[in-house]
Amino acid sequence: MNASEHGFNPAFNMATIKQVINEAVERVRMPTPMRLRDLIRQIRAARTAAEERSVVNKECAYIRSTFREEDVVWRCRNIAKLLYIHMLGYPAHFGQLECLKLIASQRFTDKRIGYLGAMLLLDERQDVHLLITNCLKNDLNSPTQFVVGLALCTLGAIASPEMARDLAGEVERLMKSPNAYIRKKAALCAYRIIKRVPELMEIFLPATRSMLSEKNHGVLITGVTLITEMCEHSPDTLNHFKKIVPNLVRILKNLILAGYSPEHDVSGVSDPFLQVKILKLLRVLGKNDIDASEAMNDILAQVATNTETSKNVGNTILYETVLSIMDIKSEGGLRVLAVNILGRFLINNDKNIRYVALNTLLRTVHVDTSAVQRHRSTILECLKDPDVSIRRRAMELSFALINTQNIRTMMKELLVFLERADPEFKAQCSSNIVLAAERYSPNKKWHLDTLLKVLVAAGNYVRDDVITCTIQLISETTSQQGYITLQLWKFLAEDTMDKQPLIQVATWAIGEYGDMLLTTEIEDAHDVKRPAEDDVIDVYHRLLWSPQNSTITKQYTLMSLTKLSTRFSSITKIQQIVSTFSSSLHIELQQRGVEFSQLFGKYGNLRPALLERMPPMEMTRSSDAQTNGDSDLNDMKLDDSPQHHINNESNALLDLLGGDGSDMDIIKPNSTTTSSQPVSNSNNQDLLDLLGGLDTLSSPMPPADTGIGLILENNNPVTNNVNSNSNFLTGDFLNTNSVNEVDVPTITAFDRDGLKIMFALEKIESNSISINVTASNHTLSNMTDFLFQAAVPKTFQLQMLSPSGTVISPNGVVTQVLRVVNPSKSALRMRLRISYSLDGNIVQEQTEVNNFPTEVWD
Amino acid sequence: MMQFMLLFSRQGKLRLQKWYNAHPDKLKKKITRELITMILARKPKMCSFLEWRDLKIVYKRYASLYFCCAIEQDDNELLTLEIIHRYVELLDKYFGSVCELDIIFNFEKAYFILDELLLGGEIQETSKKNVLKAIAAQDLLQEEETPQGFFEDHGLG
Repeated sequence: MNASEHGFNPAFNMATIKQVINEAVERVRMPTPMRLRDLIRQIRAARTAAEERSVVNKECAYIRSTFREEDVVWRCRNIAKLLYIHMLGYPAHFGQLECLKLIASQRFTDKRIGYLGAMLLLDERQDVHLLITNCLKNDLNSPTQFVVGLALCTLGAIASPEMARDLAGEVERLMKSPNAYIRKKAALCAYRIIKRVPELMEIFLPATRSMLSEKNHGVLITGVTLITEMCEHSPDTLNHFKKIVPNLVRILKNLILAGYSPEHDVSGVSDPFLQVKILKLLRVLGKNDIDASEAMNDILAQVATNTETSKNVGNTILYETVLSIMDIKSEGGLRVLAVNILGRFLINNDKNIRYVALNTLLRTVHVDTSAVQRHRSTILECLKDPDVSIRRRAMELSFALINTQNIRTMMKELLVFLERADPEFKAQCSSNIVLAAERYSPNKKWHLDTLLKVLVAAGNYVRDDVITCTIQLISETTSQQGYITLQLWKFLAEDTMDKQPLIQVATWAIGEYGDMLLTTEIEDAHDVKRPAEDDVIDVYHRLLWSPQNSTITKQYTLMSLTKLSTRFSSITKIQQIVSTFSSSLHIELQQRGVEFSQLFGKYGNLRPALLERMPPMEMTRSSDAQTNGDSDLNDMKLDDSPQHHINNESNALLDLLGGDGSDMDIIKPNSTTTSSQPVSNSNNQDLLDLLGGLDTLSSPMPPADTGIGLILENNNPVTNNVNSNSNFLTGDFLNTNSVNEVDVPTITAFDRDGLKIMFALEKIESNSISINVTASNHTLSNMTDFLFQAAVPKTFQLQMLSPSGTVISPNGVVTQVLRVVNPSKSALRMRLRISYSLDGNIVQEQTEVNNFPTEVWD
Repeated sequence: MMQFMLLFSRQGKLRLQKWYNAHPDKLKKKITRELITMILARKPKMCSFLEWRDLKIVYKRYASLYFCCAIEQDDNELLTLEIIHRYVELLDKYFGSVCELDIIFNFEKAYFILDELLLGGEIQETSKKNVLKAIAAQDLLQEEETPQGFFEDHGLG
């Protein structure tokens, strides 16, 4: 607006000139900030990330300085730029307070940008958040409907519980506003408030009721949304609103039957958004309520049959209708109608519709299996769909549909699917096939064949439970062992590098049933040649030397080869191979190599017995397997890796194969050996416990005189290194004083001056007894250097084992075991000599024991 | 309820983000990056629905822009597709044959239109006409309060 632009002005005067010069000076001093679109252009023109960063940083610095200078005029432009910069990913928190100032401004432009900034930058996690409550309150009372609208929108987006509580009253008032624009926004704002603070629901109840009698679709749909949320939240409110079912039915009916309404029409359907919302509310109201469900049966049937299905809109409504029919207590006919709709969806060209149908069928298959069975072939077709989500759904649904009648056909399709499946499917699919086979297989041979096909098709992605299942089944099914071993041999002879589980099962079977392999009759397996011993050994040689086979597989193979040494006739080659492994770099293989080599040398005579065929393993895992399967079917979404597999499977294996468990490992596709650690750790832990138990056994002795120090003074220093409560580790069963005194006769041998000696008699054989001598100290001081000697008549034989100690503490005991053999069966007499030190005095006693009960010799 | 809506280009540049739940900024960025990568990796023949964490993701591509919404488990996916379509129609009507550049240079207007269609993650107005009327009226308010002449353009530029 320079003077020069206007040409020559006749009203030219000093004041105007001054004003113009001032403005020019102002502009030079404070240039207009860059326009938003110029900033955007500049940023987009930057060729590198560094360039972009520098532009952004420069502008941010500028914006910051304007904030400091409290520039009111251009604030909204600067905030707009800041919001753009924020969307690119740069920090913009310094603009939060400025948004507040914009909101507080009177200009609508400022408020619009300010509220947008608040919604983008100021969620409830920020400190500045609460400060806008006041502004919101003011704006909620503004005469301008759009200002109120902005405030409601912002409140709905970022309400925190405190803010919600503060402003709930205002929102409730606005729900009763005469202005429909405000009413609908207030309703959704109330919806959000209730979501954050459920206790505030009662405030809004009165205003909500009248919303359904509106004509305005915006108010209707927001009202329905609000009511749905209330009903889902509180059972009381749900009951309260049950009476509106007729209203809802009426509204829906009007929508369907009314003529074309251009305002709300979408491809021939009148306001699909509202229809879907009403259908959902009907679902919530009709769930578990027979009366309400009955009231809506007709309208649901009407919607289901009248809706145009050529476009996505129609299908959207049908989808919602099906969901509602399935959830309420609908009558049988209606359910069949729903399943048929889903069936039609399944053959729809639109993949989204197919996906939705499969999803819904999966949810309802357990409720209404027979209806879904009708669409089985379509579902099996979906297994070949190019979209992976659809394939996954179809797979899950197929497993849910398997029963004894259709197992063969289903399994055929599923095995084909397994072969072509993506790796992420293979583990899950193979496990499910195995479970299904376990539950529904018509006979054992088919079961074994199926398991074999799974091992071949799924390769390394098979979970280890499949391996154990297969091994167990083979061991159980004695009739088919020859057949299956031959089949496994066929695959083993081919190149099976990436099928470690298959190799493991095959080598196990051949190891166990190698003799059958050479002799079995070939009936149905016409394409298999019966191998010779050398062929087998050559294949084993290849397997053991191949670097692609995992250590676990080689462990299986080595064990199996050793077993074959008792089933084959020529053992030199086997022995050679096994002994080579005694110098292997892998510790597991080396150990096996060394130990098995022993079986060929010094302990060769043990070999046949050791390597005998295992008895059939018991099917202990069927209940585990079933629950595993069920949880798999339900948790499909969470289960996407073999690592998810529980460790108790491998522990079960430990039980089955009795100790070979340390060999077992959870097979991962890249077959790294990992978690054998938990197994061996638990073994170590047990060992430590035992040793720990050992250490704690020295407890009853007083600290001053431990049993250990007195070993040297003992009669028999060699065997005894523990005291009274010695444990089974040292093998000193006989030194224990845990004699059952009720059954065993006891006599008092000596009782004087605080020393009491008891004999507990125990019959060992017909003419020998064992006497447990217990010497107890009833004085207040220690008896040290305790020595107990006994003598018997010449016709007897006496054996004295070492005592538990030579110090008896006050109220303590020392035990000793005597063995007496009485070949002549005469009455036993015994002379005892006892000596000990008490308080510095040496005490010596001598006595005779004649009161041995004679029954003990019978 | 819709949890969030993202608009991004084929190169993975974010054009609009509307979050209906509070998350820390870092988390929002992480989620955005993850979803953009996931969706850009999808092939054209695949269906428009994904499972991600405990949400359902519905996405649709219009020209060079991907519209991606996250909804809860009990929401209707097909309806979300319709909502997305309604939004695109509104943008189209407002800008006149909308293209990505319009949304880039007028992102604040795209937000304003979205805020007239959805509030708190739910639909607030099912009539196209009403939405556009409201937007037009608010634009008018803005124009009226900015005096023509002294500044070359609106406070926004």
